[in-house]
Amino acid sequence: MFNRVLRQLLYAAALILAVLVLNFLLIQLAPGDPAQVIAGEMGGANEEVMAAIRQQYGLDKPLLTQLGLYLGRALQGDLGMSYFYNRPVTELILSRLGPTLLLVAAALGFAMIVGTRLGLLAARNPRGLSSAAVTVLALVGYSAPVFWTGLMLVILFAAKIPLFPVAGMIDVVKQGGPLMRALDIAHHLVLPALTLGLVYLAQYSRLTRASMLEVLGADYIRTARAKGVSERRVLNHHAFRNALLPVVTVAGMQFGAIISGAVLVETVFSWPGLGTLAFQSILARDYPTVLGILFFSTLIVIIANLLTDFVSRLLDPRLAGGR
Amino acid sequence: MVEPVLDIRNLKVDFATRNGVAHVLDDISFTVEPGELLGIVGESGCGKSMTALSILGLIPSPPGKIVGGSINFQGRDLTKLSQAEMRKIRGGDIAMIFQEPMTSLNPVFTCGEQIAEAVRLHQGVSPKAARARAVEMLRAVGIPEPEMRADAYPHQLSGGMRQRVMIAMALSCEPKLLIADEPTTALDVTVQAQIFGLLDDLRRRTGTAIILITHDMGAIAEMADKVAVMYAGRVIERGPADAVLDDPGHPYTRGLLASIPRIDADPDADLPEIPGIVPALTDLGRGCAFEPRCKLAVDRCRLAQPPHFPMSSDHSAACIHLEGRVIPA
Amino acid sequence: MVAITTVSTPTPTPAPAARGPMAEAWGIFRRSPAAMLGLVILILVTLMTVAGPFLYPVDAFEIVWAPLTPPGQEANIPLGTDNLGRDTLAGLIAGGRATLAVGFAAAAITMVIGVVIGSYAGFYGGGVDNLLMRFTEFFQVLPPLLFAMVVVTLFQPTLVNVALAIGVVSWPQTARLTRSEFRRIRTLEYVSAMRAIGASNSHVIWRVILPNALPPLIVSATLTIGMAILFEAGLSFLGLSDPNVMSWGLMIGSGRQYLLDAWWVVTLPGLMIFLTVLGVSLVGDGLNDAFNPRMRER
Repeated sequence: MFNRVLRQLLYAAALILAVLVLNFLLIQLAPGDPAQVIAGEMGGANEEVMAAIRQQYGLDKPLLTQLGLYLGRALQGDLGMSYFYNRPVTELILSRLGPTLLLVAAALGFAMIVGTRLGLLAARNPRGLSSAAVTVLALVGYSAPVFWTGLMLVILFAAKIPLFPVAGMIDVVKQGGPLMRALDIAHHLVLPALTLGLVYLAQYSRLTRASMLEVLGADYIRTARAKGVSERRVLNHHAFRNALLPVVTVAGMQFGAIISGAVLVETVFSWPGLGTLAFQSILARDYPTVLGILFFSTLIVIIANLLTDFVSRLLDPRLAGGR
Repeated sequence: MVEPVLDIRNLKVDFATRNGVAHVLDDISFTVEPGELLGIVGESGCGKSMTALSILGLIPSPPGKIVGGSINFQGRDLTKLSQAEMRKIRGGDIAMIFQEPMTSLNPVFTCGEQIAEAVRLHQGVSPKAARARAVEMLRAVGIPEPEMRADAYPHQLSGGMRQRVMIAMALSCEPKLLIADEPTTALDVTVQAQIFGLLDDLRRRTGTAIILITHDMGAIAEMADKVAVMYAGRVIERGPADAVLDDPGHPYTRGLLASIPRIDADPDADLPEIPGIVPALTDLGRGCAFEPRCKLAVDRCRLAQPPHFPMSSDHSAACIHLEGRVIPA
Repeated sequence: MVAITTVSTPTPTPAPAARGPMAEAWGIFRRSPAAMLGLVILILVTLMTVAGPFLYPVDAFEIVWAPLTPPGQEANIPLGTDNLGRDTLAGLIAGGRATLAVGFAAAAITMVIGVVIGSYAGFYGGGVDNLLMRFTEFFQVLPPLLFAMVVVTLFQPTLVNVALAIGVVSWPQTARLTRSEFRRIRTLEYVSAMRAIGASNSHVIWRVILPNALPPLIVSATLTIGMAILFEAGLSFLGLSDPNVMSWGLMIGSGRQYLLDAWWVVTLPGLMIFLTVLGVSLVGDGLNDAFNPRMRER
């Protein structure tokens, strides 16, 4: 048990190290002078700054020394300086991390809860209307580009039904205490979370349906029925938890894709998270920030994978070991 | 005479299939008395399991449907009960254990939880009392350290242990009737004997009637009071176990008995098998369903389903060769 | 365009005497209304991008009329104009070409990388498998769009680079699928037989196992095309694709500021992406059912 956790953590650490090496290589492989790349093409790089960068990154030293310097600083949390925002990259990213995590968590929670419930509903009657609806929803949800769905919602809610704000995270004009602030953020969160969540809701509902249909054919479901368990409890208690397993596994594997979706959704709704920051810093050629975001989002994916593994073990005692 | 626990009369079950309607159960009749062990034997696909599922009201529907007959259990016709009423009987008065102990327990709940659930459903006791009952039942079926095993997940137990858990679950609500559908097929031979021994012992102690579905004629010989032999959805022979085993009336029963391996037989000799396969239930002809495989078949066998001919007061078989046989007094 | 035919129409005229598995699959595919609808959508979209320039010869970048002219207002500009006065229909036709080309190319790159890595991992097992799978897992933790964004900006946003970037971030799933298929097939008797008569490893991998692993890989390739199209659309929506080539995503990206005044500028190209990916998904589902008739009930 302890050994397994340790092994997983070591593996995660190796992955993190590999991402840092990749970041370093990307700067080296990019066409042009690395100092120029680091300073950013629009960062107003005068000779003084360039010299400082060469000094700090040891660009006149051998490649391996440069890598060592880079890793050493990165492991201390120093991902360099954004010359566009004129702030340390780590500080800049940490200030934007919260909104992205909030958006992803809200979207994922919405997709998980509603998606699995829809799948359950559809599995009750595999040839019925609700089943067909879930199949169609899954196809539509998969096929519509997420940014386009977002824009369609903007058209709908900006003009036709002005129920929810279509841009930003906080209404600057509004005053009030922390509760008002939280409500305001939740209000702004509705459309972005809905947009991002719909894609995964569609997939999870389809997956849950298929998984439920498979589980309902299992011998232990017949056992449950034979001991007099009501059909409702058979579905919700005996079958559902078993059917959730593949859904959780897939959700964990998709985490990178969800972060990618968040980049697009944040851009559509001007949500002040990592995605908009990534977009802006790419336009500004602010590579230290861009690579810092790549690093942090990979970190999120790695942590999410560890969590998924943990949840799977909670759901399925067979994975928990201890035979 | 004792009132039977279960009295099935002329039960008919149809399945709608792509190739037409299959009569999976055709005119099934038998009774089980309290404390009695009825063995139902036959090859796979003959309707043994379907009979069990019909009693519990668990035939998959669609495509299955009870189209005739009655299942009287303690004076009530189960075919007429609502789903809610059937649920009270299932696991309460009638319990069932299945063929595959490896897959018949839910992998995500502990054994104790699964037994306790049955207890709570039928006896409405507190979770604590249900748990205590679960531990007590695990002890009763011979599981060592039952307090610990109650917290074990199914995958942590061996196949034999899991089947014991299934039996504990089935017996936890003191059923009047226990249906055991090939409870030992998936187990090692030594474990098989233990499970059969356990069932026999429990029946003697609690007076629960048992329907044992099996193709193990040895187990029948050892434990059964009565036997019903099924073929292609029909009971083709029934009677006291001794009578059926000593003097089988139907050629099919004789074939089944001949296929039991004997300890004194030449180990290299092939077991005699009944040639041919069980016919598809959608294209049964008018005549005896066993006729295509029967060594004794004559033209007359193809004309009509043979009725049951009595061989003694409580032993009968459906073969025309028995017609006119004199019943011993 | 070639890819469409190879993916969806294996021998449309099956000889009744010797129906191969492909012909049988086509027989099932043909009877599925959803799959045929997908195929029809794909054929229509392809026709539009291929034949469109001849039937509607308007330059997508040329300013033809007043900006933001609504559809239907001018008879010769059926779908209106964008914020720069460029013809929307011409944009849809030209954009489809880029979107489909990048989508198919990226899917091809994805399949090649994924199949090669997955085959070697699955065939050799052991240390090779371990190494390749760790490599695959590394690529799986990179958020694909962010990584592609970085690659495209660092190395110039040409169509080729966009396709490469998408391929480089998308292959891990294909590799995993290929690996599991190879591990399954590797143990089958005919493979052992081939190895027993001394066939070389590469012969066994490419000539014996791969053909037998094709059905799930074809399905996966189809779905990969859909994913790559969405991916390309996302990149060009962000303005990170080639700015000199019209694409559906680019049309949405540059039109989104005028969203509330000119719905058609973002709605129509989005609809095209949606329809195309829907077509691909329907064909993919149809192929999946056709190759696994047992699973059709699900």
